[in-house]
Amino acid sequence: MSLPGAWIEGVGLIGPGLSDWPTAAPALTGSAPWNQAATCVPALQVLPAAERRRAGLTVRLALATGLQAVAAARAEASRLNAVFTSSSGDGQNCHEICVELAGTQRQISPTRFHNSVHNAAAGYWGIATGARTASTALCAHDGSFAAGLIEALLQTAGRAHAVLLVAHDAPYPSPLREARPIPDAFAVALVLSPRRTAAALARIGARLTPQPGDAMPGPLEALRQAIPAARALPLLGLLARAQRGTTVLDYLDDLRLAVEIEACT
Amino acid sequence: MTPLALSAFTATSSLGTGLDATLQALLERRAGLAPCGFETVRLPTWIGEVAGVDAQSLPAPLGEFNCRNNRLALLGLAQDGFDCAVRAAAARHGPARVGLYLGTSTSGILETELAYRRRQPGSGALPADFSYRGAHSTYSVAAFVRAHLALAGPAAVISSACSSSAKVFAAAQRAIAAGLIDAAVVGGVDSLCLTTLYGFHFLQLTAPQPCRPFDRTRDGICIGEAAAFALLERPGSATAEGTILLLGCGESSDAYHMSSPQPEGQGAAAAMRAALDAAGLAPEDIDYVNFHGTGTPGNDSAEAQAVAAVLGARVPGSSTKGATGHTLGAAGALEAVICALALRHGFMPGGLNTREIDPLLTVDYLLDNRAARLRRVLSNSFGFGGSNCSLVLGRAAH
Repeated sequence: MSLPGAWIEGVGLIGPGLSDWPTAAPALTGSAPWNQAATCVPALQVLPAAERRRAGLTVRLALATGLQAVAAARAEASRLNAVFTSSSGDGQNCHEICVELAGTQRQISPTRFHNSVHNAAAGYWGIATGARTASTALCAHDGSFAAGLIEALLQTAGRAHAVLLVAHDAPYPSPLREARPIPDAFAVALVLSPRRTAAALARIGARLTPQPGDAMPGPLEALRQAIPAARALPLLGLLARAQRGTTVLDYLDDLRLAVEIEACT
Repeated sequence: MTPLALSAFTATSSLGTGLDATLQALLERRAGLAPCGFETVRLPTWIGEVAGVDAQSLPAPLGEFNCRNNRLALLGLAQDGFDCAVRAAAARHGPARVGLYLGTSTSGILETELAYRRRQPGSGALPADFSYRGAHSTYSVAAFVRAHLALAGPAAVISSACSSSAKVFAAAQRAIAAGLIDAAVVGGVDSLCLTTLYGFHFLQLTAPQPCRPFDRTRDGICIGEAAAFALLERPGSATAEGTILLLGCGESSDAYHMSSPQPEGQGAAAAMRAALDAAGLAPEDIDYVNFHGTGTPGNDSAEAQAVAAVLGARVPGSSTKGATGHTLGAAGALEAVICALALRHGFMPGGLNTREIDPLLTVDYLLDNRAARLRRVLSNSFGFGGSNCSLVLGRAAH
């Protein structure tokens, strides 16, 4: 039941009160307070102007977080396979389409329509970075992060280059917000290499397990539960401690993902 | 890659429910397309609707998952003894050793579209019977199928638009190769909804008549719906002659545009080369190509250039979307099953509706069925966001 292991070469993180991995890591170990500010998604510089105008919040969030991880790994984005995982697509865009379709005109603009695909972030990522490598977009509802990590680790096996994993989720507006309450945007990205390089932060191993998922200490547990992509937090907590340890991540109702982290020293 | 056996497979589309109906329609060159009369949608196009979807009722404990997409999945799983074959595989390997990888583009969004019409006056709230997890969530179809078939292995929905259910074959192959699982249910389920009908209409990509892939005057797609599934397992030490095999998968990205293919088909060509490499085959080993062949000017032009560049102009091919319509997130799996039928029954399905092949498309496009003892075939699936996937399927011979 074990997955191929890999080395984590770079981490990206954007969420409530979390603007990047180096400044967020102390809050994840408890050595610094977590300031619960609203998520700030930075402006993108990488896309051509037309695409930058068309990209929605969740796409900008995914791309910004992915770029953080690639920069930290000193990797070349165009060489990486990319795995994007999100419990939903662009919630704001979906809402606008449903409002329009409930009316009498039912006019959907081409941009609205192409932004509605679940793989919008993967598509914009390719345009932004010129990556013609394989990319995918998947989900498993609240277990979407673990599903993406499994796929990314499987893709590292036998590959010459690293694989980028990006998990991203953003809120729906009302009335979908009440049916699917995601309070704020959160994204995490990992560059996973099949071999150890100078950039390696830690070795990661993973296996399926029926054991229940681990919680986060303190107020971060509410964040973990509130946003599907934040189910990655126990893994990030281990990584931030820069030691050796294991934790169990939520995946499906009856199946979870145990991950083992061993920091490179 | 090590070949995998499609030890069971099935397809339900506008051609009919199950393999027999699908095969008969293909052999008799019958299309499943009709003028668009879906729900309240009266657009000037033709669609491929599956009959009897709304007569399906989900098992009571799974009532939360009731939506057109999951009703279509249930109808599809019941054909050709596919659900029984999966349960037998789960008994053989253990339910935790059987993975589930399904593709869909729009999941149960039709339920959300209809719920928005029923918003509470004043508050704007959705009706109380609306279930996000059961219907809207992109993962819904896998949650439903996993519970219905009592599987306990890893699962995911791949949603990369029109390449979704081709890419599930690649994901399952990786999981089996790594030893994470011993078998996988793969497939695609995508159902008619207003988002895609109006979305493609306002992109000016829907055909006002039955779609005509590779025709000189082709003018767009006809949207269809389908549920198609395959059970993937390692072949036994003595693979029976005639077993349908997955020989290779190739994936690439265009890195070009969100809704238009790279005009020379470079991304498509890269996916086809990667599939051939994975299969350890040369271009001349491919006997037939099932084109993505949507019937839009842009897709067919880019794909023809890619096929000519990778396989040369001599390989016969066709698009079966003139028969089924473009089933979007189900197209990869549906066309893989059509390829399996072609391999098993020794024929190449000619494209329907196409009258005059575009002279600019330098491929051998079949306008009629042709009997042929096929060994290996290639199926293309390309999607929005520049997501490309090619599969190579073969027939075990001795």
